[in-house]
Amino acid sequence: MDENGHKKQVTIALAGNPNAGKTTLFNSLTGLKQKVANYPGVTVERKEGAWLLNGTTAKLIDLPGLYSLDATSLDEQIASGIIRGDQPGVPKPDAIVAVVDATNLERNLYLVTQLFEFGVPVVVALTMIDAFERQKHEIDVEMLAVLLKSPVVAVNAKTGRGMRELAESVRNVMGTQPAMPHILDEDANESGPNGKIFSRYKFISDAVQESVWHSDQKQHLISEKIDKVLTHKVFGLVILVGILLLVFQTIFSWASLPMDLLEMGFGAAADFVRTQLPPGILTDLLADGILAGVGGVVVFLPQILLLFLFISLLEDSGYMSRAAFLLDKLMSGVGLHGKAFLPLISSFACAIPGIMATRTIESQRDRFATIMIAPFMSCSARLPVYTLMIATFFARQTVFGFISLGAVLMLAMYALGIAVSIVVAFILKRTLLKAPPPPFLMEMPPYRMPNLRTVIQNMFTRAWLFLKRAGTVILAISIILWALMYVPRTGAPPYEGGGAGPVSYAGADGVVLSASTGETLPESQQLKNSFAGKLGHAIEPVIQPLGFDWKIGVALIASFAAREVLVSTLSIIYSVGKDENEESETLIGAVRDAKTDDGRPVWTPLTALSLMVFFVLAMQCMSTLAVVRRETNSWRWPIFMFAYMTAIAYIGALITYQGGKVLGFG
Amino acid sequence: MTLTELPIGQNAHVIAVNGTDRIMQRLMEMGVVPGIGVKVVKKAPFGDPIEIRVRGYSLAMRRSEASAIEVSY
Repeated sequence: MDENGHKKQVTIALAGNPNAGKTTLFNSLTGLKQKVANYPGVTVERKEGAWLLNGTTAKLIDLPGLYSLDATSLDEQIASGIIRGDQPGVPKPDAIVAVVDATNLERNLYLVTQLFEFGVPVVVALTMIDAFERQKHEIDVEMLAVLLKSPVVAVNAKTGRGMRELAESVRNVMGTQPAMPHILDEDANESGPNGKIFSRYKFISDAVQESVWHSDQKQHLISEKIDKVLTHKVFGLVILVGILLLVFQTIFSWASLPMDLLEMGFGAAADFVRTQLPPGILTDLLADGILAGVGGVVVFLPQILLLFLFISLLEDSGYMSRAAFLLDKLMSGVGLHGKAFLPLISSFACAIPGIMATRTIESQRDRFATIMIAPFMSCSARLPVYTLMIATFFARQTVFGFISLGAVLMLAMYALGIAVSIVVAFILKRTLLKAPPPPFLMEMPPYRMPNLRTVIQNMFTRAWLFLKRAGTVILAISIILWALMYVPRTGAPPYEGGGAGPVSYAGADGVVLSASTGETLPESQQLKNSFAGKLGHAIEPVIQPLGFDWKIGVALIASFAAREVLVSTLSIIYSVGKDENEESETLIGAVRDAKTDDGRPVWTPLTALSLMVFFVLAMQCMSTLAVVRRETNSWRWPIFMFAYMTAIAYIGALITYQGGKVLGFG
Repeated sequence: MTLTELPIGQNAHVIAVNGTDRIMQRLMEMGVVPGIGVKVVKKAPFGDPIEIRVRGYSLAMRRSEASAIEVSY
């Protein structure tokens, strides 16, 4: 109660080491009532939930996973700020629940000895106690509580063991003045800079000595046996490649079924809207702008859910740190963390789940470097562009008489993306993201059975965050892009029939009937008159050195919505393919036959190559930018990403086209 | 000798933790303090990073960190 006699909202902080079972306990205490956001201005995640305590609801704040509170990392700064009551918007906690892994007692207690120094009452929740007891160890909880001068409760979130006692203990300590155990001896401050650390560990060693009995020293036997295989120099790598292939296969191919269904569903919904509502701009906005935009957002959900299913399983089981252990040498060569590998591999399917997956990298600079190069991995949305160009200009040609030129070019595009990403990572780590490398110290937790509830909760939290943060931006930009293609409707009578906006999944009807006269107004004409068409003309002088005319310029602008939109926009602009199934074939013809005003062909094989290079390197994906905005918690990084990738793409395409011309191609 | 030179599986104890302030502080916070027993469990392909066991848990570190830890047996 405060001085006015009102019941004050109680705030409890949940602190603990990574891998100590903190998330599982948090989920179990708060159920589904959780809120995830970022602390203002930083990327440290803020997680809160409601904990039913003594009939009232306490606010439970999940602090970031910490090894220490000495404020060397951002996580530690935020956490100690919260406990001190200095973090804006977060009330000073009335008590701290310190999660301590019983199987890793000494190092986990280190954080607890630091928590004591804040003068906030601490309750120790001992997790993994069942695993500890299975190893035939015993722990005297009461003795430990006496030594720590704080309540200690053994808990198990799965069985519910100790959960009521934990709540009771928290209720009892609230408002009390905590008695601090005598941890730091007199010479702690004098014996060098790390005297305090030394003192704390001395206290811990003594406390553990008095309260724990080990009857069997082989406590990590099972994990060690599993590790003999999983981190083996040969088998370990083979298994790792297998797992990465499985993850890649899942998000690349198996996610496409639900994705196709979603696209069909939204296409059908758009058709339904068009048949049910009177024709006009509002109907078009609803069908081609809003519905297609929403469809363009939710279409990513299958990939995100599936990738986070794997990531949660790999993290919770303890395998992720083994994978990072095996791959660290490879990744550290370009200045990245071993954990950057999975996000980068995932980005070959789609950079969006890939960038979201960088959350597993603790160091912010390593994480941002990984985010900045992830879009260079050739994603599945680039495939329609590559395929169209190869089918149009490089089909049936071979290298050395038996290797198809198309396959070689395809491989070259993937290789180009990887090569550029390595160079960029190398430069970024020495300029913008320059810092003394953080000490690479990574805990290898014992293998554990993943907690299904935690896994599922993590999947849906990520999906929800994507919808809420990135989805809104994606929707807004897709409507703006739609409008750019749609207005002004110069000289056009009221618009009727199924037109397809650039982000429509309904397919492109090439011809639009005008209602009043029955004359046809080709949609290509409409697009030319639109703002996007004018923009295409405006940028023509800039893109001409790359071999692109204004029509390709329009397609480039439209494909900012998503790379594969290039194909449907080219179809519209060349007025081909009334039936969507025939589109590609006729589009190939249209592209081959396209002529400039003076009768020369617009497209040469060199133009196609230049366009492919441009698509490997350019940031032609608003959804990625929206996700980067969400993951870096700032617009600076996505803007920088767009600028530097577009610059590299321009230079790459310029070198390809002009170099090719000098060499006599095209 | 430093931890990088310690044969795999050999038990040893830490004599001193050197290196830059950040590395030294982090290592000690993770429980690698003078006097504690350590052992190298394994090395990754290419010999880097290495996995050590200290205070009953496994900790992976790059050779650059491991070379800051002086041990003897």
